[in-house]
Amino acid sequence: MTEDDLDRNRRHFLTVATVATGVVGAGLVAIPFVSSLKPSARAQALGAPVEVPLGSMQPGEMVRVLWRGRLVFVLRRTEAMLAKLPEGTDNLRDPDSTEFAENQPDYAANDTRSVKPEYLVVEGSCTHLGCAPLEDFEVRPAEGWGGGFFCPCHGSKFDLAGRVYKGVPAPSNLRVPPHRFVRDDLILIGQDTGAA
Amino acid sequence: MSRIEAEVGKPQGGLMKWIDDRFPFTKTMEHHVTKYYASKNFNWWFVFGVLAMVVLVIQLVTGIFLTMNYKPAAAEAFASVEYIMRDVEWGWLIRYMHSTGASFFFIVVYLHMFRAMLYGSYKKPRELIWLIGMMIFFVLMAEGFAGYLLPWGQMSYWGAQVIISLFGAIPGVGDALVEIIRGDYSISDITLNRFFALHVIVLPLALIGLIFVHIVALHEVGSNNPDGIDIKKYKDENGKPLDGVAFHPYHTSKDLVGIIVFLMIFSAVVFFAPDMGGMFLEHANFEPANMTATPEHIAPVWYYTPYYAILRAVPDKLWGFILFALAVVLPVFLPWLDRCRVRSIRYRGWMYKTALSVFVVTFIMLGWLGLQAATPTYVLLARVFSVFYFAFFLLMPFYTAMDKTKPEPDRVVYHD
Repeated sequence: MTEDDLDRNRRHFLTVATVATGVVGAGLVAIPFVSSLKPSARAQALGAPVEVPLGSMQPGEMVRVLWRGRLVFVLRRTEAMLAKLPEGTDNLRDPDSTEFAENQPDYAANDTRSVKPEYLVVEGSCTHLGCAPLEDFEVRPAEGWGGGFFCPCHGSKFDLAGRVYKGVPAPSNLRVPPHRFVRDDLILIGQDTGAA
Repeated sequence: MSRIEAEVGKPQGGLMKWIDDRFPFTKTMEHHVTKYYASKNFNWWFVFGVLAMVVLVIQLVTGIFLTMNYKPAAAEAFASVEYIMRDVEWGWLIRYMHSTGASFFFIVVYLHMFRAMLYGSYKKPRELIWLIGMMIFFVLMAEGFAGYLLPWGQMSYWGAQVIISLFGAIPGVGDALVEIIRGDYSISDITLNRFFALHVIVLPLALIGLIFVHIVALHEVGSNNPDGIDIKKYKDENGKPLDGVAFHPYHTSKDLVGIIVFLMIFSAVVFFAPDMGGMFLEHANFEPANMTATPEHIAPVWYYTPYYAILRAVPDKLWGFILFALAVVLPVFLPWLDRCRVRSIRYRGWMYKTALSVFVVTFIMLGWLGLQAATPTYVLLARVFSVFYFAFFLLMPFYTAMDKTKPEPDRVVYHD
């Protein structure tokens, strides 16, 4: 066969077809490998909901629990804390929790960001870069601090409903994990539907 | 009839010829070592490439021995490092060599990169060497980051938390990407396990491959020199550059002096200051990882702090990530940002000299600021120096084009 006999169109078609098939094949083979990097069945099972008994909690007390390896704060707010929530909302970036709808379930998208106003349930993970904020419930009016959470890493501040202040690196309010009250004295974190 | 067939059964030329007929041994040695001519006026800035290779070997050897006792599991990792430190014979030495080696790798690589900026080593025809070098630098950063999680201390955990969360700032895919990096809903045993795989297999393989290509590319175009001129312009009758001497034995014996001095300093740190006052091994990392409490003051290891300071200077999550990434990536474009005719700082004008001096101060200041707590004064300073950092690169096409240069010599300048 000489150069002249070549059907260049056919050769081009075969080249493109071969490359395309190879690329599709490589893409398909990549699926199991990439999928193996996602949370495994066991990781998902270990991410099961956790129960938090509230019976012995005093007003003003906060407990830390781990759900899916993430830190969750459960704070029983006092009357005074709740009374302070509507004050100074001008300093908050998103006081009505409307900007980032995914940061709380619908049932917590209210003034207190909670199911029952008394109990605040938020993830203890700064929405900036994931450090654990420190609680600082002492009210210091001189500093304009009404109590809340302070992130030691990059200085983000949140109020007693986990709402972020303006002028800090964190872009949004602390996340409220899915949760529900199984009984008056028992919260289930990680699940908000069905029976416990 | 091929050469091999013609000579079957004729033992001429000995073993070396037998090998050379089957593998280009002598040819390769000559091309890369005994007949690789590099300029005879090298100064000490040109020793850091070889030193980087020395540190690589230290890291590979000590790393292999560490894996023999280390356990990549959340429940056991911290204790297994303590076990290496206390119960394994000489384990403390091997581990301190590895942890000190990490910092020295970055010291040497930063100086190696600075050498390129001093003498224009990234300029034509060495752009590709610079690009490959930058890829080596990125892999090295990833390698250091993955390795830092392995001891599973407080700083390992929370440092990884902050850096992995950075990727969450990418709009749209961020959260899914973070989940794939961690393999879990938080940094866990699963994350530790895969970071171990990255640290001991994936990234070292990539590193070795890239270093190989880096050197092949270098030996194709030839080494730069402090005068930044082409030594291949003047050759003797054998085709050897008049201003070049063979890599071996000339440059190797000079490099040996550098290696000895380097090992003296390295040993002094390993034996007398392995944690370097919290710089090489951060004190918070002597506590096991605790998911419920972030350390009071969190800072990455010193070699990432210039970029970390830029990240922290930006009061916005997404822009912080963008400027942080840009700061890391911008040096890639140096070969095209630099419009100067001459390579070496010896023949450049005052503008580049000033810019480079300011850049050095900026880089060191950002590195220092990244280690400090983020007080308002320091954040303000970090913002000022961030502007200097970006200005150095982004204004480079203008000041290097305007700069007045001195005439380059024909032959390299050296003293008999």
